[in-house]
Amino acid sequence: MAVRVDPARFDPGAELNAFSKGVGNAGAVVSFTGVVRDVAGGLSAMEIEHYPGMTEKAIAAIVDEAKSRWSLADALVIHRYGRLEAGEMIMMVATASRHRVDAFQAAEYLMDYLKSRAPFWKKELTRDGAEWVEARDEDEAALDRW
Amino acid sequence: MIEVLYFAWVRERIGIPRERIETGAKTVADLVEELQRREDRYAAAFEDLRALRVAIDQELTDFSASLEGAREVAFFPPMTGG
Repeated sequence: MAVRVDPARFDPGAELNAFSKGVGNAGAVVSFTGVVRDVAGGLSAMEIEHYPGMTEKAIAAIVDEAKSRWSLADALVIHRYGRLEAGEMIMMVATASRHRVDAFQAAEYLMDYLKSRAPFWKKELTRDGAEWVEARDEDEAALDRW
Repeated sequence: MIEVLYFAWVRERIGIPRERIETGAKTVADLVEELQRREDRYAAAFEDLRALRVAIDQELTDFSASLEGAREVAFFPPMTGG
């Protein structure tokens, strides 16, 4: 299980290959990559702030919870912070399990919890100025299904 | 002494990322009241507590939580990771 909180760019293909090589005979590998969206054509960049120390602990706790709920051979979470341009990869989650249901569900669980329970805050920088992204009620509601 | 941290727009409204505070506050809510009384910028940051989250020693908690033994308290808006 690996958690990386890092401002550096990463190559999702290379990460997925390395992750897949290390999972033995897991049989199922699922990955999700989040990309900085262009907002109505006007986004110039995004700034991601986080809470060093708590971020790593919160993600580790989320991964531990996923491990206790599903049978996982391995899991990977990469989340960037700092300034990111539109089109850049923000984060990535990968899960490996013997059967695909565990890998898919654990990946969705990790995504839902990373959105609302890992201390990151996104600020969108557009031509009109800078604005903090507001948490959406749907994101909070998404936790209820688990 | 408690280390108090602010993130995102809370940090911007207050104007600093962290400060050490000497306080006799028993709970997070007491500490918030104390801060609100300080200056307008604190009152502005803590205007609507429903828009805020709090962590004690890097664990999410709520405003009624006790500060006993707390080293670090952080205030921030709902998180937007992923």
